Amino acid sequence: MNKYYSWLILAALIIVVAILPKPLVISPTASVIVTILLGIALVWVLVLTIRGHLIGRRVVFLFIGASLTLPFFMNFEMPIKVSPEVKILYDALAKLPPGSKVLAAFDYDPPSAPELQPQADAFMAYAFKHDLKVIIMGLWPQGPQQANMSIDKVLQYPEIRAKNPKYGVDYVNLGFQSGNEFVIQRMGSSFRGMFPRDIYNTDYDKIPLLNGVENFSNIDFVFNLSSGYPGTVEWVQIAVDRYGVKVGAGNTAVQAPSVYPYLSSRKLTGLAGGMSGAWQFEQATQQPGKASTYVLPQTFSHTVVIAFIIIGNAALMVSYRRSKRGEA
Amino acid sequence: MKRQIPMLILSAVGTLLVVSVFIPSARHWQEDASLYFDIIAVFAFFLGGGNLIRVHAEKVSRKSAGWIYSVVTLLGFGIMLVTGLFKIGNPNGIAGDISQAGSYFQLLFQYVMSPLNSTMYALLAFYVASASYRAFRAKNTEATILLVAAFVILLGRTALGVLLTNWIPAQFSVLQVPNLAIWIMNAPNLAGQRAIMIGISLGVISMSLRLLLGIERSYLGGDN
Repeated sequence: MNKYYSWLILAALIIVVAILPKPLVISPTASVIVTILLGIALVWVLVLTIRGHLIGRRVVFLFIGASLTLPFFMNFEMPIKVSPEVKILYDALAKLPPGSKVLAAFDYDPPSAPELQPQADAFMAYAFKHDLKVIIMGLWPQGPQQANMSIDKVLQYPEIRAKNPKYGVDYVNLGFQSGNEFVIQRMGSSFRGMFPRDIYNTDYDKIPLLNGVENFSNIDFVFNLSSGYPGTVEWVQIAVDRYGVKVGAGNTAVQAPSVYPYLSSRKLTGLAGGMSGAWQFEQATQQPGKASTYVLPQTFSHTVVIAFIIIGNAALMVSYRRSKRGEA
Repeated sequence: MKRQIPMLILSAVGTLLVVSVFIPSARHWQEDASLYFDIIAVFAFFLGGGNLIRVHAEKVSRKSAGWIYSVVTLLGFGIMLVTGLFKIGNPNGIAGDISQAGSYFQLLFQYVMSPLNSTMYALLAFYVASASYRAFRAKNTEATILLVAAFVILLGRTALGVLLTNWIPAQFSVLQVPNLAIWIMNAPNLAGQRAIMIGISLGVISMSLRLLLGIERSYLGGDN
């Protein structure tokens, strides 16, 4: 019977979402009320736990579901503080004069897109607005497709549409190349050797943007979007260490802590980590996008996770107290 | 002989590549070797694909638990492979790129694979929350330190962290949650990460030496 209830709830949710006017945003007052109700519900769960009634995981899922979905309809001004690592990344981009050649390495796939795609969009928009020449490539098979999605999106922005960036002149997509870090190593001597043609099968030598681009010495900056191996670590170890090119990165929140050693040693020129980094990068580049929308659900869900850690520890204390009483 | 020849190849190639780092005129050996690596790696794709088909086909034929998911896997694998290999629906035909807008492969990628992958990843939020509730307990000092660090990072990565501690005056700004989160990432995390990296590097060096000298033979299979 429970199975049918789940399907019914799912169907009801789909119908409600389908019939609601879009975009649906509730007023700031209503947003505050919803937030307070969510807070009261969490306090009630805490009280229940202290009284000895442990909640099941479905309740946790319900709260997480609510904290992830409700904020999409809320209207809150979120205070922001751009972290030093994002500022370093932005400053490095800001120093590039118009016409600089930036290699954008898309080393991720759709599961990491919620965190990295906003960074890609912000970067592409910034590059096109400031006349940077973008050379796209990927060490992950789906990376160049993610890049295409980003380009398709930013080309719709009125400011960028007015600039009318041209494929092959202002940007080029060289596609995916297998070989992981060895690709970076071989690019050190020849880009052409690794990418004889772009994704549209055009010869390397027939692409105007790539005239005179032989290796990393002709690249002003590398922006790497990475969610694992091969990714930022490999770019730093080979492109930075061996060929001396500047590399900035956008990473998933899970991967970001592992590249901090390169950041502090200044091998890595800036880092935007996770959704929070994406949001800060959007703000720094003045290109608010999806991360600016997603950061509110992230804030709510983090808060709910913190609340449940507290509740879990309250349950632990209750069980300790009970066991002590039992011993007594 | 079955063991000695692979060991000889490994020792010779490994030693040559180590030597090439120190001889500028021999640096191109590394690139040549990486090309051979690519050629060998191609066979892994065939092996991987073949293995996937074998494992799931066996499951389907035996109708073992969850066999229907194996059918979905095989169908997904087959459809993506066929649409990609034969570039079905590609506006530029067989010469076009597989990710060409309008091709079936690109459509499947954009409207099936991409949302499904994102959905799978998004489910992590629920499992992380549930696991945090059940397992993130302050049972001892170490667990409590970890718990506090997690609190600061979780809060510091959100706007709530800024909102809660923005009132702290500039001279004590280090106590603001986002700054505390930055400190955790730049001090304890950095120290830990460096320790791990140095440990891994030492491990890689010792394992490489064992391989080059023929002491480590587990890659040959069998007991030795």
